Amino acid sequence: MSDASGGIAVGSLLLALLGGAMRVSTPFLFVSLGECITEKSGRINLGLEGTLVFGAMSGYGVAYLTGSPWLGILAAGGSGLLLGVMHGLLCSLPRVNDIAVGIAMMLFGTGLAFFLGKPLIQPVAPTLPSLVLGGWSSNTQIQEALRINVLLPIGIVLAFALRWAFVHTRWGLALRLVGDNAAAARALGYPVIPVRIAATAVGGFLAGIGGAFLSLYYPGSWNEGLSSGQGLMAVALVIFARWDPVRCALAALLFGAAGALGPALQSQGMTSGYYLFNAAPYVLTLILMSMSWSSGRSLAGAPGELSLVNR
Amino acid sequence: MSLLPLVAALFVTAVLFALFVASQGYPAFDALALVGKGAFGSTFAWQNTLSRAAPIMLTALCVALPARAGLLIIGGEGALALGGLAAAMVPVALAGWPVLLVQGLMALAGFVVGGGWIALSGWLRYKRGVNETISSLLLAYIGAAVFNFLVEGILRDPASLNKPSTAPIGDRYVIGAIPGMDVHWGLVWGVLVCIGAWWLMRHTVFGFAVGVAGGNPRAAQMVGLPVGRLMLMACFLGGGAAGLAGMLEVAAVHGDANADLMAGYGYAGILVSFAARHHPLGVMAGALLVGGIGASGSLLQRHLDLPDAATLVLQGMLFVSLLAFETLNRKGAQRV
Amino acid sequence: MTDSKHSPDRRKVIQLIGGAGAAAMVQMLPFGAGLARAAEKFTVGVIYVGSRDDFGYNQSHAQAAAYIKKLPGIEVVEEERVPETIDVEKTMEAMINEDGAQMIFATSFGYFNPYVLKMAKKYPNVRFAHCGGLWSKGMPTNIGSFFGYIDECEYLSGIAAAATSKSKKLGFVAAKPIPQVLRNINAFLLGARSVDPKATVSVIFTGDWSLPVKEAEAANSLIDQGVDVLTCHVDSPKVVIETAERRGIYSCGFHVNQAVLAPKGYLTGAEWEWKTPYVILVDNAESGKPMINFLRGGLREGFVKTSAFGPAVSPATRKISMAVKAKMLQDEFVIFKGPLRDNTGKTVIASGVALSQQNPVLESMNYLVDGVIGQI
Repeated sequence: MSDASGGIAVGSLLLALLGGAMRVSTPFLFVSLGECITEKSGRINLGLEGTLVFGAMSGYGVAYLTGSPWLGILAAGGSGLLLGVMHGLLCSLPRVNDIAVGIAMMLFGTGLAFFLGKPLIQPVAPTLPSLVLGGWSSNTQIQEALRINVLLPIGIVLAFALRWAFVHTRWGLALRLVGDNAAAARALGYPVIPVRIAATAVGGFLAGIGGAFLSLYYPGSWNEGLSSGQGLMAVALVIFARWDPVRCALAALLFGAAGALGPALQSQGMTSGYYLFNAAPYVLTLILMSMSWSSGRSLAGAPGELSLVNR
Repeated sequence: MSLLPLVAALFVTAVLFALFVASQGYPAFDALALVGKGAFGSTFAWQNTLSRAAPIMLTALCVALPARAGLLIIGGEGALALGGLAAAMVPVALAGWPVLLVQGLMALAGFVVGGGWIALSGWLRYKRGVNETISSLLLAYIGAAVFNFLVEGILRDPASLNKPSTAPIGDRYVIGAIPGMDVHWGLVWGVLVCIGAWWLMRHTVFGFAVGVAGGNPRAAQMVGLPVGRLMLMACFLGGGAAGLAGMLEVAAVHGDANADLMAGYGYAGILVSFAARHHPLGVMAGALLVGGIGASGSLLQRHLDLPDAATLVLQGMLFVSLLAFETLNRKGAQRV
Repeated sequence: MTDSKHSPDRRKVIQLIGGAGAAAMVQMLPFGAGLARAAEKFTVGVIYVGSRDDFGYNQSHAQAAAYIKKLPGIEVVEEERVPETIDVEKTMEAMINEDGAQMIFATSFGYFNPYVLKMAKKYPNVRFAHCGGLWSKGMPTNIGSFFGYIDECEYLSGIAAAATSKSKKLGFVAAKPIPQVLRNINAFLLGARSVDPKATVSVIFTGDWSLPVKEAEAANSLIDQGVDVLTCHVDSPKVVIETAERRGIYSCGFHVNQAVLAPKGYLTGAEWEWKTPYVILVDNAESGKPMINFLRGGLREGFVKTSAFGPAVSPATRKISMAVKAKMLQDEFVIFKGPLRDNTGKTVIASGVALSQQNPVLESMNYLVDGVIGQI
């Protein structure tokens, strides 16, 4: 433990980073998994920030009205699915740009959520339960770091399941084929456009759940400032993770841990320069990307039809 | 954009917005009438709209120019903030110098710093293969952190008590209103820069080369074009426009650099650029629409008690429609 | 108009306002002038930087606006989530041009310079009431800046916090290290130290006024460090108070009453009572008196109030707190008096110096006092 003299307790700091990873990674995880599925089909949906915010609002509203946070999660996923279908259908029209529509959808989803969510700022909705995995320890910080939300393990299992399914299942193969080479997929009789719409819809479903995590678990409240760009960042993490669901999960955890650095240092008395510490996740991501990528190498794992990276 | 998709999109947006507003229990026709009145219904409304549009046309260029080189930049907000900060430092350092010189140097500082910040994304793309969309987004967040760190740290004016800001640029150097109007000169700057960008991109060899490099990098390399340098230049010019927007916000609106420079103009510019198909003249019209919706939102709140987010919904509907109706366009799809 | 409203002792007014739930009471208020001119409405514009129902700063103003809305002859137009950019300039102008507003309440600090100053020059016949600014000679006289000495309530919260805390470690989640915030942190610490000289306050700055996830992270980090009472100065304290309650520690509210969010752990809180200055300023405008350019008040003047004690506050603690509050109400209590050192060891108030609440030096506070853990 430190005191006013300013010493930093390393063990405590590491625990804080672990706790941070457990607490704030989930929205990044769900949105990036959703986007991963969408991008594997050859489409990009930059609008998941709007889906996340709308999911947070609708999840909170339904949880408040029904008293069940689980119904809230379902509603959030459902509304995300609808926004996904909308994006999927619009982008199936010829000559319509998926990136641009995504950005417009981000505005639309956010606006709709703020508009309809006005009466939900005040009420208190029930929150999701948490799993206490740290009961064996007498250290309250360890207990807290390991108090996790059920969505986190579900998301991690989902990441492994997706990695497996992309390779070993029929629909996984179809999805990748559609995303890598639409002409070949069409020749083999796969319905390219329906696959893409479905992939965008599923992506929206997961992003909606990621939003509900914000409003129903952590921080567990609805207001307009709830998301500070987590949805947009999660989309970026997919490219960072090179379209591998398991790497998406790792990136989300890393990003969450780095985000805990600022508050953790401050709680030990290091309050100057907090803006720079708070930027740690972004700096870290940028450094990792410029170290691991090089201009000569093609983007391994990038779906061939993806407009964002293949020009 | 040809006229038919535009008219169709405006019509569909009006119908959708009216239906949405009615479904929420508000008077639909009144709402539509107020949008028109608040945005373009009077000289006051027009000036309100134009004032809001001024910075957005410049941040839209931050997307439109790199897009010609085949790059998707979404981090204009960071270039705007840092460009504004750099500009705000000029009068502090050169207090007493002639007004036009100082304002010119402010513009230059904003342009160079904003341009350099976005060029960093172009450089990472060309040298390290880092996706410029992500790197520019990350750099926007990092730029905001650096901005706040400096403005609340060593560059803070101790007299700016409860709103940390840099030292005021001083009344002398403030950019005022266009004579006879209530709109600051920034609008003229914006329009001139858009026209300049259009001329550069459509009527010069440089612009043609950027277009080739963006359209088909391999072919460009084969004919010996310096693809990397062209990418960097396009990013620099785009970032420079956003930095200039920051300078104008400092010099014409805020009077110093503070965190409220980051008001979302950088992000609004992305959408405007796409809706204009990255055409430097088209972004002026797009910025006018965004400015008009912002101006009318104020009236909707005060007279119909609609939530402030009504403007976001309207903007979302408008741009989704505009982009969806591109399907009627005979020209090819947008590249970026 | 009677002169009773402008006598130094405003408690009478406060009692009137406090009981004004009933319409009859409103009639008793000395609004003769307003009633006489009931035909021509007096339009007041109110501008908020955030949502009106944020459980925080903006809500505290919206409550006052809702109150003056009910007064006869007053029409209120409101706009929320107006950023401190050219938007607020245009909103003020639109309220004047399109709604005929004769008075504007600009409630966010950042609206003052340059926007309110500029509009006040352009529209000399409109009154601009700004919350938090420091009006000084040479500025347009149709501006009035008002604010409340909420540090008095923070001092009382500090007493309740330190007396109830077991670890004697208190936590403060703050937005930015600006004078208004630092004054609250320091008052909270001084109140805490008045009952336990070993109490400390750890502070975390989130960097902005509304960042729910970061506020939750800050609250959790502090609790992990052993803090067992939390308070905050951000636009909406909802997240901090809820996080404290979920983790089973105590909390003190800010801006408005958040007791419903933490039925077990809510100790007390520092609340604004903006309807006092709103009524004074509107009343003044309606009766054509000159604008009050600099209006301040604390507990005694009814600009701020404390939340009712929560169940966790012991009777003994309540007694200490109420004794101090009684002194504050008599204007016999000074929070910031020397010798006072900051947490780097520098003397900030010399021995024998007592800074009364009205002293403008306090409005430019730029230090954290000894006992606060954190740097600025």
